[in-house]
Amino acid sequence: MKPYLLFQNRDFYPKWGMLQKSPLPDRWREREYDSYWQSLPEVKRMVIQDLELDILFQAMAREDPFILEVVKNVILTGVSDISTIIYRQNILKYCIQNHEIIRNVYEIASDTLLKYYKATSWYSGKSANSVRSTSIRSLELFIEMLVALRDIAQEHAQRFESAGFKTLFTTISTECTDEYLTEVRERLKALKLENGILISVRLGKGNKGTDYALQEFRGLKRMSWIHRILTKEEPGEYSFTIADRDISGFKALGEIQEKSVNKIANTLLQASEHLAHFFAALKTELAFYIGCLQLRETLMQKGQPVCFPVPYEVGTRNLSFQDLYDVCLSLRLEEPVIGNDANAAEKDLVIITGANRGGKSTFLRSIGQAELLLQSGCMVPAASYSSDVCIELFTHFKREEDHSMKSGKFDEELGRMSRIIDGMRSNSLILLNESFAATNEREGSEISKQIVNALLDKRIKVICVTHLYEFSKALYEEGRETALFLRAERKPDGKRTYKVREGMPLQTSYGEDLYNRIFCRSVTPNTKNESVGIS
Amino acid sequence: MVNTFARFLDEPARYFHENFPDYPEMNHIEGQILDFVARLYHDVFSHLELFRERYDLFLDSTIERFDREVQFYFAYLQFIDTCREKGLSFSLPVVSDTDKNLRCWDGFDLALVTRLVRENRPVICNNFILEGEERIFVITGPNQGGKTTYARTFGQLHYLARLGCPVPGREVRLYLCDQIYTHFEKEEDIENLMSKLEDDLVRIHDIFTKATSRSIIIINEMFTSTTVQDALFLGKQVLKRAIDLDLLCTYVTFLDELTKLEKTVSLVSGVDAENPDIRTYKIERRPADGLSYAHAIARKNRLTYQDIMERIKS
Repeated sequence: MKPYLLFQNRDFYPKWGMLQKSPLPDRWREREYDSYWQSLPEVKRMVIQDLELDILFQAMAREDPFILEVVKNVILTGVSDISTIIYRQNILKYCIQNHEIIRNVYEIASDTLLKYYKATSWYSGKSANSVRSTSIRSLELFIEMLVALRDIAQEHAQRFESAGFKTLFTTISTECTDEYLTEVRERLKALKLENGILISVRLGKGNKGTDYALQEFRGLKRMSWIHRILTKEEPGEYSFTIADRDISGFKALGEIQEKSVNKIANTLLQASEHLAHFFAALKTELAFYIGCLQLRETLMQKGQPVCFPVPYEVGTRNLSFQDLYDVCLSLRLEEPVIGNDANAAEKDLVIITGANRGGKSTFLRSIGQAELLLQSGCMVPAASYSSDVCIELFTHFKREEDHSMKSGKFDEELGRMSRIIDGMRSNSLILLNESFAATNEREGSEISKQIVNALLDKRIKVICVTHLYEFSKALYEEGRETALFLRAERKPDGKRTYKVREGMPLQTSYGEDLYNRIFCRSVTPNTKNESVGIS
Repeated sequence: MVNTFARFLDEPARYFHENFPDYPEMNHIEGQILDFVARLYHDVFSHLELFRERYDLFLDSTIERFDREVQFYFAYLQFIDTCREKGLSFSLPVVSDTDKNLRCWDGFDLALVTRLVRENRPVICNNFILEGEERIFVITGPNQGGKTTYARTFGQLHYLARLGCPVPGREVRLYLCDQIYTHFEKEEDIENLMSKLEDDLVRIHDIFTKATSRSIIIINEMFTSTTVQDALFLGKQVLKRAIDLDLLCTYVTFLDELTKLEKTVSLVSGVDAENPDIRTYKIERRPADGLSYAHAIARKNRLTYQDIMERIKS
């Protein structure tokens, strides 16, 4: 039995983080986070850092550590098949309409897990008998909780129109009929072995016993002990009694009993772990949708648009959007932030040039965030958004801090790029932000050209913010139809609108404006330009 | 029982099985149970007693050892034969522990040859010549051009010679070294908590504390995780030590500047004269190409157009 709320036909396994340790947040220790997240690949760390995703994760989780771990995992392992994305979108749509029921189910799952771990934590799980008895107790708990879920399912059956919830609640209703649950309860009672046991065994190597197995046993005939002694052994039936003080004898007998229980302990343990897993998966998968609900609510309160994005098949080129904004910037600021429109359908390459501090990085980040949200099944911070899904998203951003020499920085950038290439496949998407610029313009352009051309020839979509004029100009002059050139807008008076529009690369990035603004507040850029014109 | 729980048993996360110590002897409870069983099945158990008395075996230890040791010679000769069938040469090398002149025509890498022969692909042979004052091969050139293979072959020749085996190549003269040290790129190891550069330095330092003028050192792409400037400085220091010790060394690097030191021979992995993208896998004796600085870094990081096309899977 599986909830299947993130994938139609399989479980979701959190790859990184505290969920690997335990599904109970109160067992997580602050100091353990780093080691549990250590296996997160470097390329994913780059994406988190470059797109400032921690702000997004926090907003989705609203300080709930469990939801935080889940949304990080789901968003960082986006899917690239459209049916899964649509499947999740439909589930999310119904979560929006029925959020009270969803939260109720979430509470039941949380509660069950808490009780289960409380009951199982003390035993070592090494001895067959202790495994048997704790598993019986756990199974009794799960049965009770499944009944609670079944009741919700039956009450609201018709309201869950999404395929995911429909399957889940039908499964619970059909798998947990009253008849079946009665049978399970009876079995569990018998397996408590309160009336003695019957064991079968075969002769093995060295004439030792092997294949000890428990047989169904209804208990001995009621006889008084004196009657039992006086009764003659039947032919082919022998018996012996272990003396009271024979401690090693009792130990040996105990071992035989443990051996015979081994198999049954395994079955009971597997069944109870299966159900524990079911409840953990249910909680985990719902946590993602609760995260989505919370993000949506926050953004809507700010008056910023959110929409369900439209995914297109891998390999097509269908990026286009309206009023797409940097969700992390918006979450950090009080006031709403400015969105952008673009249409990059049929484009493999988007080159963004233009004014410093003109919103290029923000623009680039907003595409990356939207892409990840789309591929996790969440809503997207835009008025409308459609895009082909990529195999994986990579980011290569200029790093602000640079403690080393200039050449060291260039080397670091290329080293980072090289590690990105290691994990790249066709139809990945890469966002380059002022990459390969830590050398002179000619060499930087040449290397950029080689890298970008190779990426394009390998069918990788490239969205690139650059100041390397020689590089962007050369691409522009090639006049390829699959390239889109955008430019951060700058009004003639030097003012930035934070709008990015179509436009060819220009030789200057208006750094001079910035210089003027900071160094020569008294002189307006216009006067300066004029004076240059005169001289 | 299993039927009742069947619906909860697919894809179990783990199997539980309590293990019990499996002593050959029995405890007294088991013994008592077995006694009863033997009484129930008297016929079967009486055969056992007879069998036990009858058989005892032993194996002669000299024959056992011979059987094991001769395998090495058989295996090596068999391996050589498969290579010779493909027209490759093996010869017993002339060895010297004084003369550091080195000669080997048409040597090849034994690790690679197994695969190439199996896949029926041609094996490219290379020459190894050091004369007079020459002691160190410094190999540069494009990636995937056979540099590492060359360095590996160099080591194999000396290693096999010391074992007394025929080695790949014709008219082979080799120096009988006291020890072969290798420094190949290693994956970063979380266990040892060192950065790659630090690890590189520690390893090469270890080597130089042990190496003598009779040793051989083989170094493959060291100091890749630092700036080119640092790598150049460190590479020169390492080579200088090797030069001072007057030992035989092979040094694979992406830094052209290291090919110009004394006692070194510059080798370059060859490319086709018509189409520089085609590798010949021939290691040629000639000065290094000397490409620009940024390109050297791009090349080091394997980020040229050609490199990326080879690295990304479709």
